[in-house]
Amino acid sequence: MASLIDLANPTRFMRFSAALLPWLAAIAALLIAVGLYLAWFSAPADYQQGETIRIMFIHVPAAWLAMMFYSMMALSALGTLVWRHPLADVAQKAAAPIGACFALICLVSGALWGKPMWGTYWVWDARLTSVLVLLLIYLGIIALWRVLDDPSRAARAVAILTLVGFVNVPIIKFSVDWWNTLHQPASVLRMGGPTIHPSMLWPLLILAIGFTLFALALHMVAMRAEIMRRRVRTLTILEAERLDRLAAQGVPA
Amino acid sequence: MIFEGLSFTLQSGEAIALTGRNGAGKSSLIAMLCGRLRPDGGSIRLEGAEDEADLAEMSHLVGHRDGLKTALTARENLAFAQDVLGNAAATPDEALAVVGLGHAAELPAGYLSAGQRRRVALARLLVSRRPYWLLDEPLSALDTASQAMVAGLMRDHLAQGGAILAATHGPLGIEGAREVRIGP
Amino acid sequence: MRRAFFAILKRDLAVAGRAGGGGELALVFFLTLVVLVPFALGPDLNLLSRIGPAILWLGALLSVLIGLDRLFQSDEEDGSLDLIRASALPLELAVLAKGLAHWLTTGLPLALVSPLLGLLVALPGEGVLPLVATLLVGTPALSFIGAGGAALAASLRRGGLIVPVLVAPLTVPVLIFGVSAANAAVGGTVPFLTPFLILCAISLGAIVVGTVAAAAALRSAD
Repeated sequence: MASLIDLANPTRFMRFSAALLPWLAAIAALLIAVGLYLAWFSAPADYQQGETIRIMFIHVPAAWLAMMFYSMMALSALGTLVWRHPLADVAQKAAAPIGACFALICLVSGALWGKPMWGTYWVWDARLTSVLVLLLIYLGIIALWRVLDDPSRAARAVAILTLVGFVNVPIIKFSVDWWNTLHQPASVLRMGGPTIHPSMLWPLLILAIGFTLFALALHMVAMRAEIMRRRVRTLTILEAERLDRLAAQGVPA
Repeated sequence: MIFEGLSFTLQSGEAIALTGRNGAGKSSLIAMLCGRLRPDGGSIRLEGAEDEADLAEMSHLVGHRDGLKTALTARENLAFAQDVLGNAAATPDEALAVVGLGHAAELPAGYLSAGQRRRVALARLLVSRRPYWLLDEPLSALDTASQAMVAGLMRDHLAQGGAILAATHGPLGIEGAREVRIGP
Repeated sequence: MRRAFFAILKRDLAVAGRAGGGGELALVFFLTLVVLVPFALGPDLNLLSRIGPAILWLGALLSVLIGLDRLFQSDEEDGSLDLIRASALPLELAVLAKGLAHWLTTGLPLALVSPLLGLLVALPGEGVLPLVATLLVGTPALSFIGAGGAALAASLRRGGLIVPVLVAPLTVPVLIFGVSAANAAVGGTVPFLTPFLILCAISLGAIVVGTVAAAAALRSAD
């Protein structure tokens, strides 16, 4: 918590993140490389699902990250509304597109896995559907950021939307499950489960951590970009006003 | 019925300051002149032409709304005005320099202050050549230096044989402007 | 004149492309609508695939109509409509430019993403291209019929839902022939071309009528 308060100063955050970023990226790259090697060459093909099981190594971390980033956004929203942390809305704005991308990756990889396994790219399976709704919430949040161009005004509006969405996510998940079982007897293959073999579990864990670090690094880059974008905006406006005053003095009254 | 019995002529090289209290119908008169409102009776005639529509196409209107797109830069806004109004005169950059905003050409209009936006709107008068200027409160939101600058623009326009009709509360700042008062 | 026409087209495309433009919102809304339908109908892919073209057409129709109220209203609010009125360009051509820009930023992207959304409703493979074709041909009609309604609402301070309410009944023929052409392609008694050509005709007619009506409405405003 103390470190969070220290980082409240954007300048300090810029310095801190610049130092941390290369390490974060390097560890992420290493873990992903090792994880992908294990996933592609060392893990066995599944006796039921064959080679398509390897899609899981991307699919599961993406699903996890899509949810993790939404939780991070909800936390940042609290930071904006309750603690008035000056970087909270920056963190939140930077997180939205990354989370949306992982939700999309999760959906696309799920669809690619579904084609050989279910014979169709898409079924209205409860889990896939929940992620799709999550993606829609992400898109709504991104759209709200884009519509309101003044960052300070947008921050509070988006924070409220994010929190409302966060409260809703479990309800959505529950109702989608209910909707799905009501209509469709679950006859589809389920991935994973507790009986996952260690030769698959290890690459999955390594990849999950690797992707998480990678996503955090992306998040940091996006936050830095957002801070700099806001500085440029403020500086341009101030500069225009300053030049304006100078020009006004030049005009004969 | 907003007003009646109003009659005046405006000639080349002449300026009219249209005065009257709020709600007297100054803006409505300007809207009629540029063809946006139809008078219930009476007529607006342009010597040597038959049609009222011609007046709209020969007039510049700077109304109380600035007519700028906040997402576009000052330069893009002026380039648009030039293309739409035709009769290109000064380039957008030249016009911006004249109104003292040469440095703000790249800024989105949404970033500009009210006074700066007003000056971009007035710079429209320079990017395409039209003989009649219909100005609705041209000096609002401007500081004294900018007001003097606008007065200079109007003097130049009159000297080149143009005509100006400006609705205003205060003095226009140009010599020899005739005052037409609407209402009591 | 040509310059003024392209200036309006270019400006509207630029405004839509910058932050806060409506085009991407229409896409997200389209996706949302298509996602909502199965929650109401149930996840039965056979059923969804049978009514897929109808779902996509309804989604596209609503996505186009919802944002239409801003078409002229935003220009009226900031005063740039006065600028367009002061142009030597006939108001009809100005409306044509704005309607075209609206279609390029709304209808065209909707038609292009529809194959992806088709996956969600298990649209059969042979039905995808005909569906895109009907949306490509049919959405201009929506933009231009809508432009007429949008012009009527231009000077209303609170446009909101009034434009879809005005316009939706007028789009019934577009919906009928759009959906039946898309359905005809996946099996049916009518050949694809019959409803498709009627749809083309409706669209061409709508461009003319919508443009003239919108210009008339803008002239009579205030």
